[in-house]
Amino acid sequence: MVEITTLHYLVVAAALFVLGVIGVLTRRNVVIVLMSIELILNAVNLNLVAFSRMWGNLHGQIFAIFIVVDAAAEAAAGLGILIAFFRNKETVNVDEIDLLKW
Amino acid sequence: MPNFIMSYLGSKVTPGEAGNQFWALIYVLIIFAGVAVAVLAMNWIERKALAHFQIRLGPMRVGPHGLLQPIADAVKLMLKEDIIPAEADQFVFWIAPLIGLLAAFTVYTVIPFGPSQAVSDMNIGILFMLGVSSLGVLGIVVSGWASNSHYPLIGALRSSAQMVSYEVAMGLAVVSAILMTSLNATGTGTLSMIGIVQAQQQQGVWFIFKFFPLGFLAFVIFAIAMIAETNRAPFDMAEAESELTAGYHTEYSGLRWSLFMLAEYAAMIAVSSIAVTLWLGGWMRPFPNLLHAPAWDFIFSLFPGLTFLGLAAITFVGVARMPSQSFFKIQRIGLAVFAAVLGFIALLLLVIAVAGRSADTSVAARFREGIDYVYWFVLKVAVFMYLFIWYRATWPRYRFDQLMKIGWKVMLPISLGVLIVTAIVGVIFS
Amino acid sequence: MNPAMNSAFNAGMAPVATPWFFYVLAGLAVASGVAVITRRNAVHAALALIVTLLSVAGLYLMLYAPFVAGVQIIVYAGGIMVLFLFVIMLVNIERSSKERRFNRIWPVGLVAACALMALFVSAIVKGKALFPDRGMPLPESSNTQQIATLLYGEAGRMGQYTFAFEIASLLLLVAILGAVIMTKKKI
Repeated sequence: MVEITTLHYLVVAAALFVLGVIGVLTRRNVVIVLMSIELILNAVNLNLVAFSRMWGNLHGQIFAIFIVVDAAAEAAAGLGILIAFFRNKETVNVDEIDLLKW
Repeated sequence: MPNFIMSYLGSKVTPGEAGNQFWALIYVLIIFAGVAVAVLAMNWIERKALAHFQIRLGPMRVGPHGLLQPIADAVKLMLKEDIIPAEADQFVFWIAPLIGLLAAFTVYTVIPFGPSQAVSDMNIGILFMLGVSSLGVLGIVVSGWASNSHYPLIGALRSSAQMVSYEVAMGLAVVSAILMTSLNATGTGTLSMIGIVQAQQQQGVWFIFKFFPLGFLAFVIFAIAMIAETNRAPFDMAEAESELTAGYHTEYSGLRWSLFMLAEYAAMIAVSSIAVTLWLGGWMRPFPNLLHAPAWDFIFSLFPGLTFLGLAAITFVGVARMPSQSFFKIQRIGLAVFAAVLGFIALLLLVIAVAGRSADTSVAARFREGIDYVYWFVLKVAVFMYLFIWYRATWPRYRFDQLMKIGWKVMLPISLGVLIVTAIVGVIFS
Repeated sequence: MNPAMNSAFNAGMAPVATPWFFYVLAGLAVASGVAVITRRNAVHAALALIVTLLSVAGLYLMLYAPFVAGVQIIVYAGGIMVLFLFVIMLVNIERSSKERRFNRIWPVGLVAACALMALFVSAIVKGKALFPDRGMPLPESSNTQQIATLLYGEAGRMGQYTFAFEIASLLLLVAILGAVIMTKKKI
């Protein structure tokens, strides 16, 4: 069997990134859009950790930890916005969230 | 192949570290069997102990003194009709107990029963345990949702909110115990479970007694948080039979409900193992430094055999006290057989303890050491299990807002304070 | 026995059956990723995302990053996904499970994503000469200690990322405050 190099991990990360981008661009449900954003962040993390292994130092892993922290904060804020919006308009459809003021 | 199997037998590391998949699999199977037996025993002990606390007898009919009751319960649950609510989400309904079971059982990979008696000694052992036990919350949330009925949903949301709140206090208490592992010559602590017990061994004190009362306070916080984590009394609002018609597992019947119960008991044993490893010295026998002579080693190595001998003696007393009608003849015989089995195990353990009494590396000595390590660990975990039952019998349950208030306003500040003071004291005394 | 297992048996600490584990974990991650973006039911998508997160944590373990794997399991799978499931239940999108899944302009999104994928593939193929063929070995047993040194510093000096660490904790505080204030009914 072929030995697993950094390239393999980069391909997996690219696939996850593209899947996340498709999810963000095409789904109508806001929660699923937020989950696709989490997919994108995970792909970036995988990329960073793979490169950290390649170069042999830990800077990539530290960056990955900070990205996880950032993703937690962003998920909390994004879901808070979603709940506040849902309380007013009773929908989670991206197409119907199109007014600045109602 | 036999070389692969036999080459592990003399080693001093866990199968995970030795890269030996065969023995890792054997250890996993032993752990499965052990947890299954422990859950059956817990079921019986819980019903009998609760009954005796409430001045009644508990199950007496099924076997002698109800000893076959757990088996009867298991058979009944397996034969019950499997009802799935009509509007429920089929796939999620099916997968929810499995998530809880997965989270509860994966933790057993890193529990150290001895210095090399663990499936694998991960470098991030305690981090892994905290993470995987927090996956159990997902099983509860998903099961409440999948039942498509409001009682389970409210119960699941309450239960998961409670578990998430007490996870914070639990994590901080664990961190203050990990801090104490770094008070050695190199100043480097360790996150691996075996390393934590070895740090206690090296520092010559159980962490519950270290920097008294800091270690004790951290232990108390963890003990309270672990009861809330496993949804046991007095924090069992989520599954309170009188308030919420059994909470998140209302709609589950038969085998699925038994999977939930299995996951709950397995999680109880897992968090008790964390408490024993971090604060109570894991597999070390009591007073390893104070009573250090080989004579004391020999006396303490007799304890496994003596415990089973005591259990066999109690069972024989039970046989003697059986009523003498012919109706009870089969029960008498059954109990006598059980007592004889216990006595046989006791005899075996005593023989191993006597044969392996020197500290050399003969087979008997290694067996004796292994049995001693596992025995002391299991004994301490069994004490915690009994405490769980005692708490359930003694204390009324907390109302949900009181529960959340305690989790956030009492436990979190105290655990933060303990952590800070432990760090300061550790720096001063290092 | 394949050579990987024999060398593990001799080496003791070397990883075992690495290609097999990589393909299983990577396949699971990508398959669950597809499930996340295609499921109609949001709870199914959340469960698929949990599987993705756990398999990515497994990939981190294979990349000699045990601490990041632990953080991923605790924070992402055990914290963020519980938050997502809570919000899905609060929002209770019964109606949306009967609606159309995808946007009206979904071909545009798909084309854009394919263009992005083509860009990635060309970058990886053209830049392949830059990547060393073997990863430099990272000592796994001191991973947590080295991360702690970078984050917290040692022997009286500040670590390289201590300032960033403090800012990250401030960010979390701001996120907590924001989430609480946004979801309160009366401020």
